[in-house]
Amino acid sequence: MAGSLLADPGLLSLSATRLIALAPSDVIIILLYFVMVLGIGIYLRRYASTSNDFFMAGREMSAWVAGLSFLSANLGALELMGWAASAYQYGILAAHFYWIAAFPSMVFLALVMMPFYYISKTHSVPGYLQLRYGEATRALSGISFAFMTILMSGINMYAMALVMKVVLGWNIHFSIWVSSLTVAVYVALGGLYSAIFNEVLQFFLIWLGALVIPILGLIEVGGWSGLTARIQERMHSSDYVHLWSTLGTFSGNPMGVHWTGIVFGLGGAIAFGYWTTDFLVVQRAMAAKDLRSAQMAPIIASYFKMIVPLIVILPGLLALGVLPYRLVPETAVRPGLHSYNEVLPLMLARYAGPGLLGLGITALIAGFMSGMAGNVSAFATVWTYDIYQPYIRKNASDAHYVRMGRWCTILGVFLSIATAYFVTQFKSIMDYMQALVSFFIAPLFGTVIMGMIWKRTTAKGGFWGLLAGTLSSVAMYAAVKAHPEYLRYIALSPDAKDMAENLYRALWSWLICVLVTIAVSLFTKPKTKEQLTGVAWGYTQFPATEVLPLWKRPIFWAAGVAVFFGILQWIFW
Amino acid sequence: MSRSHMLPVWFFIGVLLTLYGAIILITSLGDWAHPAHTVLAQYHPGAWGGTLLLLIGSFYAIRFRPGRK
Repeated sequence: MAGSLLADPGLLSLSATRLIALAPSDVIIILLYFVMVLGIGIYLRRYASTSNDFFMAGREMSAWVAGLSFLSANLGALELMGWAASAYQYGILAAHFYWIAAFPSMVFLALVMMPFYYISKTHSVPGYLQLRYGEATRALSGISFAFMTILMSGINMYAMALVMKVVLGWNIHFSIWVSSLTVAVYVALGGLYSAIFNEVLQFFLIWLGALVIPILGLIEVGGWSGLTARIQERMHSSDYVHLWSTLGTFSGNPMGVHWTGIVFGLGGAIAFGYWTTDFLVVQRAMAAKDLRSAQMAPIIASYFKMIVPLIVILPGLLALGVLPYRLVPETAVRPGLHSYNEVLPLMLARYAGPGLLGLGITALIAGFMSGMAGNVSAFATVWTYDIYQPYIRKNASDAHYVRMGRWCTILGVFLSIATAYFVTQFKSIMDYMQALVSFFIAPLFGTVIMGMIWKRTTAKGGFWGLLAGTLSSVAMYAAVKAHPEYLRYIALSPDAKDMAENLYRALWSWLICVLVTIAVSLFTKPKTKEQLTGVAWGYTQFPATEVLPLWKRPIFWAAGVAVFFGILQWIFW
Repeated sequence: MSRSHMLPVWFFIGVLLTLYGAIILITSLGDWAHPAHTVLAQYHPGAWGGTLLLLIGSFYAIRFRPGRK
């Protein structure tokens, strides 16, 4: 789900001339943000004294706080800038990544999977895998997650520094060290409390900082009808403003995808894999004060996720309609030309004067920093609970594990910084690292969901299914890298483009994971009823929700978001 | 330490947004006669945005202030 900003490592070749100059009021706004996040970390330190406090925020977050944090952990600045760029490139098709790639999977997490995570009292997704499948699957998942999380944190840090250099002319080392050390201080002090508080703060900053673009943009073009008319006039095509009607063929839309890839690959394997098993986001919902709040968190987040295109996709479309010049791919950037990836800062500079500009830039910085905080807090939890405690030092005191969490946070930040510098030296590595992360997402969902809904799934079935799904994803990726013409076999069409490969690769790897899990499970010994109590369907007692009034039930709000989703699809069909 | 005394996140958000609203509003009013060279600057978006932030921020800061029962 990462933004497409990183898709091309040629970003460094951008003009060194800065896009935006800040006024003193903008600088004060940015400085105030740093003071506030550090202040929050220092204030919350006194409350993060036990491991339950430090790693799970005391499991006492309200549904709203957990929900906004759940969304913010995903709403990084790279995500915003990357998808604004994609909207400029592909049109409203990019909104699929906010709609079908969010609502069904987030609601599924809330209604089907969250009860298992919450009732099993696990601290992490690898922790659930240990309860359901045993140590081998937990080790495979925990180690790969810890490794990937730190790598992604470093890549995001590098990308942030690069954006700050391009947009504001800031020194790369300054950006990396100042923002990293700030994150290290506030997460090491307040743990998940700090991370969640700052994510909720970031949610407000992003919305209020970016809202100036769609409001003034729509005034400038004369509303949605004026925008579509301008885009049609400039692009000589109406494909950019239709969500589904161009997806009948691979060649009929700018993205080169088919509706089956969008529905089953994106909305199915990728979205379910990301939203239901990526511990970075799931951890926020697990920190809720009770099961109902934990279920409501993703549902609340899904409402806001559905309207994020207002501040991400719409600016990209507005840029198509109003910018007096054409943006170009990274590979075509020359002096005087701007790339797709600069669309959000360019639109911000177009409408935001002193003060509002500072708020917009602060929103981007907040997005980067909270993304890093999310990564290192999830890393600290998985390292401490799923690697250190079971394999290195069992039965230590609670205070010892909290100390380990704090040091692990600092270590995670320094490893991220090291990764950022590594990427600076070997920029093409970014592409591979992102692919590396994508290898695990879809198969992991297959393993987790099979364990939850099918009692017959065995420990060996789960392990070999996960391994087979992951390896098949690696194999497909390597095959297309080595022989680009193989894309036609993965995506089932000679007209498919790069995006289609990601969607179908995820779908096939998920299917392979599920099929291998089933096959191996049928020939191996199942777990007993006692071993499956609380972790598998049929052996888990769910708290009754019938006693709640209808409007307090998660299913009621899930139905509401389904209606909202349907209306949006109909409007932009 | 008892978490019942913990300041809610909404209070921190309120304080920051109030400060931001004041800064943006003052900046915008100061530049009223000479608005920035941005598109649609004649609508003074800074004044509107600053006022909105001030309203949202002060609501949260007052509603969730320390010591409020």
